[in-house]
Amino acid sequence: MREPVRTIQLSVNGQASTVTVPVRKTLADVLREELRLTGTHVGCEQGVCGACTVWLDGEPVRSCLLLAVQAEGHQVTTVEALGTADHLHPVQQAFWENHGLQCGFCTPGILMTVVAFLREHPAPSREEIREALAGHLCRCTGYQNIVRAVEDAARRLRPARG
Amino acid sequence: MKPQVFAYHDPSSVEEALELLARHGPGAKVLAGGQSLLPLLNLRLARPEVLVDINRIDSLDYLAEESGWLRVGARVRQRWVERDPAVRRAVPLLAEAVRYVGHVQIRNRGTVCGSLAHADPAAELPAVAVAVGARMVARSRAGAREIPAEEFFTGPLSTALSPDELLVEARFPCSPPGWGWAFVEVSNRHGDYALCAVAAGVCVADGRVRDARLAYAGAGPVPVRLPQAETALREGWPLEDALRAACSEARRLLEPEADIHASADFRRHLAGVLTERVVRLAYRRAVDGAGGARA
Repeated sequence: MREPVRTIQLSVNGQASTVTVPVRKTLADVLREELRLTGTHVGCEQGVCGACTVWLDGEPVRSCLLLAVQAEGHQVTTVEALGTADHLHPVQQAFWENHGLQCGFCTPGILMTVVAFLREHPAPSREEIREALAGHLCRCTGYQNIVRAVEDAARRLRPARG
Repeated sequence: MKPQVFAYHDPSSVEEALELLARHGPGAKVLAGGQSLLPLLNLRLARPEVLVDINRIDSLDYLAEESGWLRVGARVRQRWVERDPAVRRAVPLLAEAVRYVGHVQIRNRGTVCGSLAHADPAAELPAVAVAVGARMVARSRAGAREIPAEEFFTGPLSTALSPDELLVEARFPCSPPGWGWAFVEVSNRHGDYALCAVAAGVCVADGRVRDARLAYAGAGPVPVRLPQAETALREGWPLEDALRAACSEARRLLEPEADIHASADFRRHLAGVLTERVVRLAYRRAVDGAGGARA
């Protein structure tokens, strides 16, 4: 069969772009290869590891389990929208200061989950944090520091909420 | 790119989707949330020629209580069911069990009907459907039919749906007064498929179990209902004797498979232990009048 392609309008981090992609290409691959947003990492490509987590209309989803063509008409947000090297997002700052990342491969996905989680749970318990992180695999940092980073991030975000 | 080449259609109406299914037959797969299908495509365990994506069909996006039934349209995400307080009141077992499905990132996309149509025997929602006596509404160009949950699941990853049919809705009966419901599960990690899970409902009057429903995931090729254990709960007294009898029926009758995660014996053992745990919880909720509210 010839490779079916489709031209789609994607809205990523508030920016519209038009790309022509094979219909079988996942959103994760299109973000990385077409839009050059390589902050979104690709690990298992079967929905287990969580490295590719992005937001679709503000809710965390696996970008390896979405076809890019399915994202048309939706708002996609990636880790690139959180902060910059000079102005880290408070959650990124908390991960940095608590050694919540070592190699950093799983971190972008975890950040996207954690920022969304803290929106709904401004003062989470440790158990809630662990359940929220359950959809992410980290193979080198160790989860203790990640949990600590999330606790710290929650504290950093709380005063701003008034 | 991981998946094999396929043709992709994203119709905006049920009629168009049914037309596509009729035209392409068994070579077509329905794409709903995609949280089971996309991994299969990426691993090339599934190689459909045509994908019929139903995510643009707005008319399948409804969650409504009507004449004693909770109607869940085919595009309703698991996360919606998890968050909706009306579901907790109407079908508390569904509200409790849905939290065990994958992780939040999966439930944000995965659909209730998709999980039912995928029919993994270790999945939570098929067991819930069997426990409460849900009905599946299937449509094809020829018309619509309703399939009781117990006839819907025909084998691992197999259902009574024919290739030209679309599961457009799942109907869950609302919990009648006097009933308490509970769902318990043992899995390797939170969010994994169940090694064994039990969905239970008991109707209690004057302290006695008057009626009971028990369904198991991870304990056979399909979600298994155990009428013998239900009878044991109804007829046994005192409650401790009834529980013992029900657990022994579960261990005696269930025929779980062994796989890399657990032996058949261990699963059978779990079925016994979880039967006791889940019935105690459902009983307490029935007595407290809490239905299925989380303790």
